[in-house]
Amino acid sequence: MNNRLRWRKFVSNFMLTLTGVCAFVSVSILFFILGYLLFNGGTSINWAFFTQLPKPVGEVGGGMANAIVGSAKLLLAASLFGVPFGFFGGIYLSEFSGPKVASVVRYAADLLNGVPSIVIGIFAFSLVVLPFKQFSTLAGSFALGLMMIPITLRSTEEFLNAVPSMLREGAMALGASKWKTIATVIVPAAYRGILTAILLALARVAGETAPLLFTALGNRFWSPGWVQPTASLPVVIYNYAQSPYEDWHRQAWAAGLVLLGFILIVNILARTILSRGIAVPRS
Amino acid sequence: MAGSRSFISKLREGDEIARLITFLFAASVVLITFMLVYELWINSALPRHKFGLHFFVTQVWDPVMDQFGALPFIYGTVVTSMVALFLAVPLGIGAAIFLAELAPPRISDTLEFFIDLLAAVPSVIYGVLGVFIVVPLMRQVIYPALNKPFGFLPIFKGPSYGVGFLTAGIVLSIMLIPYIISVSREVLLSVPRDQREAALALGATRWESTWKVVVPFAKTGIMGSVFLALARALGETMAVTMVIGNTPQIAASLFAPGYSIAAVIANEFTEATGELYTQSLIALGLVLFLLTFVLNGLARLLIIVTTQKGSKVRA
Repeated sequence: MNNRLRWRKFVSNFMLTLTGVCAFVSVSILFFILGYLLFNGGTSINWAFFTQLPKPVGEVGGGMANAIVGSAKLLLAASLFGVPFGFFGGIYLSEFSGPKVASVVRYAADLLNGVPSIVIGIFAFSLVVLPFKQFSTLAGSFALGLMMIPITLRSTEEFLNAVPSMLREGAMALGASKWKTIATVIVPAAYRGILTAILLALARVAGETAPLLFTALGNRFWSPGWVQPTASLPVVIYNYAQSPYEDWHRQAWAAGLVLLGFILIVNILARTILSRGIAVPRS
Repeated sequence: MAGSRSFISKLREGDEIARLITFLFAASVVLITFMLVYELWINSALPRHKFGLHFFVTQVWDPVMDQFGALPFIYGTVVTSMVALFLAVPLGIGAAIFLAELAPPRISDTLEFFIDLLAAVPSVIYGVLGVFIVVPLMRQVIYPALNKPFGFLPIFKGPSYGVGFLTAGIVLSIMLIPYIISVSREVLLSVPRDQREAALALGATRWESTWKVVVPFAKTGIMGSVFLALARALGETMAVTMVIGNTPQIAASLFAPGYSIAAVIANEFTEATGELYTQSLIALGLVLFLLTFVLNGLARLLIIVTTQKGSKVRA
């Protein structure tokens, strides 16, 4: 009996340690990725990387200025397209709609959220690229914006719902109309949450490659305006990493570091905004 | 009279206008989703009529002869996803158990923060790491380690080129771990406290209460997290494209190069010449969409059922 108990205790300790090892391994993957990128990207990053265009194939040097600007343009236009749909749609769900309509919209948003990014790319291709017969920044932004909608919509709704009804009733009791209540009381009360959601959505699409392959395509030069094919960091990383040139590999690492750095900083920023810099302990 | 007056005053205050504008935005989300399905369906009509269900069982993918079969891609997608789940599920659930059951809340939240960051790493970065780390590792370490002792098994037979099903599965598994951990941890945390305490009071060890009481209670929700991860794995494009080898073939060996649905779309869509070729690729996209649609729905259902069970018992 005593032996049996000792055995059970041993099994318990052993298995619990094992789960700890699992957690340790999982988290250390992140630090491994970060360390590896810092090591490989850090040594190959330089001023030219940010300021120069890619050199012709085979020549060493050059940078990715066009891809950085391209990515920025894509993200800007994607936000301008995706955020209003998510934000106002979320307001409708939380403040105006009945339960039936809300469940339909929610369902559609969840469905859209689950669509593989490559399929989003096909959709944007047939909707924006084909009719205009032109790969463009706008087509890429459309694809990325689509992916931002469900995230912003669901979280806007969630954070608006979390606003205490006392605030709502207080504003109404003072004679404010509904939209005035929303605009001056409810949305400001929830803005931290909504801003977090938008930033997280932005960080998520910033690294998306698949939807850009046949919408924004790629470009070895500057892309003037919004209706030309454009380079973007994720696509350049993909192309350079697949190439046989040593110097392009080096630049892929540098671009990977810049991209991941941007995404992680936006993520951390978003979470700090939400928690006001203090880790919120779960009860 | 009173009704119409209040309507007019509402209109003047802008309530109805605000309602209408926000409604239009919400309705467009539904419209966009509907259009997505519609476009996929319409633009894949040619192969549907020409090949019918044979599309799914044909092995040939020959753009020159206009012969298109989806089987090698479906096979590649399923095999890489299965390998990924096989590796990621034990590790992910183990880590989730640690975070939910053992770690003090502060440590658990800090680790969860890092796990969330891991989930934010874009897939193309995983692809780059796959190409430059996992592929050489495969050639030099994993292949000899598995091929020498287990080479008699069909799945470990044959030469390795570094790229292939197993490499793609390994890279995918790393991408799935954060999803499995996050959702499983959430589900485990929703298991009521009394369940644990009752088991401990009956003399169970900490592990016995976890494994025989808490985990079975959360079983359906954990299954949900696995389905969610599977849906991610099926639709994952970049990382798989970069390490699977891009060869449309069905091979028993995990070391062999293959192809996946998402990868073939990524590689061939811009180069596809001819209506039938393009539409066959879109048909593959439709298949992918339907698969992830079913899996996501199932996953959400399972997770909701479990978390509600928790709150019901608590009440």
